[in-house]
Amino acid sequence: MGVSIEVNNLNAWYGTNHTLQDITLHIPANEATALIGPSGCGKSTFVRCLNRMHETNPIAKVTGEVRVGGLDIYSETSAVEVRRRIGMVFQRPNPFPTMSIYDNVASGLRLNGYRNRRTLDEVVERSLKQSALWDEVKDELKKKSGASLSGGQQQRLCIARALAVDPEVLLMDEPASALDPVSTAKIEDLIFQLKSQYTIVIVTHNMQQAARVAERTGFFLNGRLVEFDSTHKIFTNPGDKRTEDYITGRFG
Amino acid sequence: MILRIQEPRTPKPADDEPIGGLVPVVVSPQASTVRTFLVSRGSSSIADSTFRWLMLLCALSIFAIVALIATELVTHSQITLAKFGWKFFLGSAWDPVNANFGALPFVYGTLVSSILALILAVPLAIGVAVFLTEMCPRALRGFLSFMTELLAAIPSVVYGLWAIFVLVPLLREHVDPLLIRLLGWTGLFAPPDFGIGMFAAGVILAIMILPIISSLTREVMTAVPHSQREAVLALGATRWEMIRMGVLRNARIGIVGSIILGLGRALGETMAVAMVIGSSPTISKSLLAPAATMASVIANEFAEASDDTYRSALIEIALALFLVTIVVNMFARLLVWAVTRGTPARVA
Amino acid sequence: MASGLAVLATILVIAPLVAIFIDLVYKGASSLNLNFFTKLPAPVGENGGGMANAIVGSAVLLTLASAIGVPIGIAAGIYLSEYGRGTKLSNVVRFTADVLNGVPSIVMGIAVYALIVVPEKSFSAFAGGVVLGIMMVPTVARTTEEMLLMVPHSIREAALGLGVPAWRSVLSITLRTAMPGVITGCMLAFARVAGETAPLLFTALGNDFWSTSLRQPIEALPLQIYVYALGAYDEWHRLAWAGSLVLIALIVVSVSLVRYVTTRGVLKGAA
Repeated sequence: MGVSIEVNNLNAWYGTNHTLQDITLHIPANEATALIGPSGCGKSTFVRCLNRMHETNPIAKVTGEVRVGGLDIYSETSAVEVRRRIGMVFQRPNPFPTMSIYDNVASGLRLNGYRNRRTLDEVVERSLKQSALWDEVKDELKKKSGASLSGGQQQRLCIARALAVDPEVLLMDEPASALDPVSTAKIEDLIFQLKSQYTIVIVTHNMQQAARVAERTGFFLNGRLVEFDSTHKIFTNPGDKRTEDYITGRFG
Repeated sequence: MILRIQEPRTPKPADDEPIGGLVPVVVSPQASTVRTFLVSRGSSSIADSTFRWLMLLCALSIFAIVALIATELVTHSQITLAKFGWKFFLGSAWDPVNANFGALPFVYGTLVSSILALILAVPLAIGVAVFLTEMCPRALRGFLSFMTELLAAIPSVVYGLWAIFVLVPLLREHVDPLLIRLLGWTGLFAPPDFGIGMFAAGVILAIMILPIISSLTREVMTAVPHSQREAVLALGATRWEMIRMGVLRNARIGIVGSIILGLGRALGETMAVAMVIGSSPTISKSLLAPAATMASVIANEFAEASDDTYRSALIEIALALFLVTIVVNMFARLLVWAVTRGTPARVA
Repeated sequence: MASGLAVLATILVIAPLVAIFIDLVYKGASSLNLNFFTKLPAPVGENGGGMANAIVGSAVLLTLASAIGVPIGIAAGIYLSEYGRGTKLSNVVRFTADVLNGVPSIVMGIAVYALIVVPEKSFSAFAGGVVLGIMMVPTVARTTEEMLLMVPHSIREAALGLGVPAWRSVLSITLRTAMPGVITGCMLAFARVAGETAPLLFTALGNDFWSTSLRQPIEALPLQIYVYALGAYDEWHRLAWAGSLVLIALIVVSVSLVRYVTTRGVLKGAA
């Protein structure tokens, strides 16, 4: 089951570049929330702040408060523990090239020290079924390398890998931007299936995608959150002129 | 208005999840064991910082090695450092029996053999590099660069073995008589000729440093941007003019760097030189006469150095060799780095 | 004319290599037999000895050297690539490693002689292994760093995103992905020190008899080649050629492997 995310006065920097300015919003549990905006608007930085991946860059800096399920992830826990609770799917599929399909899915558990073989088998099967990849790969789970799958399959493998640790939140940073339309449709279907069980935050540059999968949408511009509301409201009756300009394609 | 909106198909939960999300939530029974397990794992910050420090320590060990070499050499050459001071490198008498040590013949031998090696190797190395980068058919290029890498990997002692049994007889019977006839008037090539001596050492050194110079030269030449070549070609230059003006001129700092790197290797090369130079602590004008280098005298005499002063003298030579090669290598690396910056330097 | 010169230069460079190889194979192979690998050196003047003790000695020395040089070198490479990237410290470490690579091996030998042999009052296999191990560090460190840098950043992110601790991610993901390259780098360093003679002259010293003790002087293949090459007996010269052939075979195999791995398929599918 997912948990809600509470963000208060979040600021982020890359070196001297102030990439996020005073972001405050509430992402409800067990829903899909889409973040849209032109490239460089800070939406990717924002999701990377939600699981403390932002700080893996040595020149990055964050201030403010992010509460995931009530816990302040910056002051009350460690980055490693936060990331175990929050799954992340990246823009480009990044399966571990030296590992089989099975090992890829099991990696989050194994690399954190989990050893029980039977549970691992079950988790791998469940995760691959959840990511709709099971039927395509079940015969060569341990034989085939994760890197030998097609791009769309690789991305679903990465989703399965993220789901295997049973996260409370799933962050997706433009998960379909490197994929063909058919694979994209599959990923979108998947998000639909998964959002009843997980809180999903999806960054996308594709407005139709946001409209199709998300209950709520936030519009970012120049490092600020311009508007955050129900997807329906954002796309039919935006409260801000800049949002309207963006979704009608007048810029960006 | 603009986009047709589907209403979300999944029903929204009545309430947001209550605060306090550390409680593992059930997807399936197994999943909950998984979550409980993961939550039970700590931040592993101690393991992380220990690991980081360990890696740092190993990286710093490289400094430690250099420092260790320096201190060991300095402390064990105290006797001659105190006794002879700087005059050690200016005296030409090497008389272990009377404990009188001057290292000039070895400094001379090292310099002359290395310069000889550079004179022989540099034109060839640049020729090979030009051939490999600019005109060699692709299929042959791989093979030839493999051969040069192999040449660099052959142990010094094998070069020495080959030099004793193949190169020295060849020089003695065919090359040296010719040199005496043609260049005997300079005094540089004068009998008696034993085959072994400074010239043989220079030749084997040249063969040994060739691959280093040519592969590094090749690297800096490849680093010359393609646009430079095209610019020169566009001016109507021939291929040779293009190589000379577009490539060699732009790569010259790097080429000098690679030559100095080859020099660094030649200065410290030990076994092959020790095996063919003839081990004589004398300064002779003729290149055919036996001589000794700093490295070769250590290799040939250290085992029989019976008293402390003798050992100290040889260790002081090692110290000098250490300092000289450090300076030469630093200088060369800086030059090569200045050119290939951006592309990671290969280990030579 | 200019092209002619370049071609001529290439031929002049390749000629000695070809000559060395032909001589090695011709003179070495004819002396290579079972005795070479199983017998001790024959007493002076007698025929039929072998280099078994030198082969075993080299194995002992190289095992010790790898045990020292490989872990320290890999760890230093990990620091350079994963922790210190772009920092001043790592630039200085990298530079020092390159410079250390150029320090003559005989100087290393003298330093370790002063460090270990003098206080212990005995030449030893241990001292020989230490000097070869120290010589491996800079090479292993630099190749490891280069191979780790070839691992795509996205792979590291994937591991960190799963909440894998940094140390685990470095070892099980980054290092493992670059493993073929790292191993070949180690083999390159191994091949380099396998042929080293000068640093062993005053550390391992050499030993005509069986010895595997780390506290005793020990024989090594290159040392034996050196002694036999300068000896007065044809039998010794034959053995020196045979020993060189064995040494070169080891090195050719490593260099070819390195080349194979670095030119194709190091990180297949990772790019």
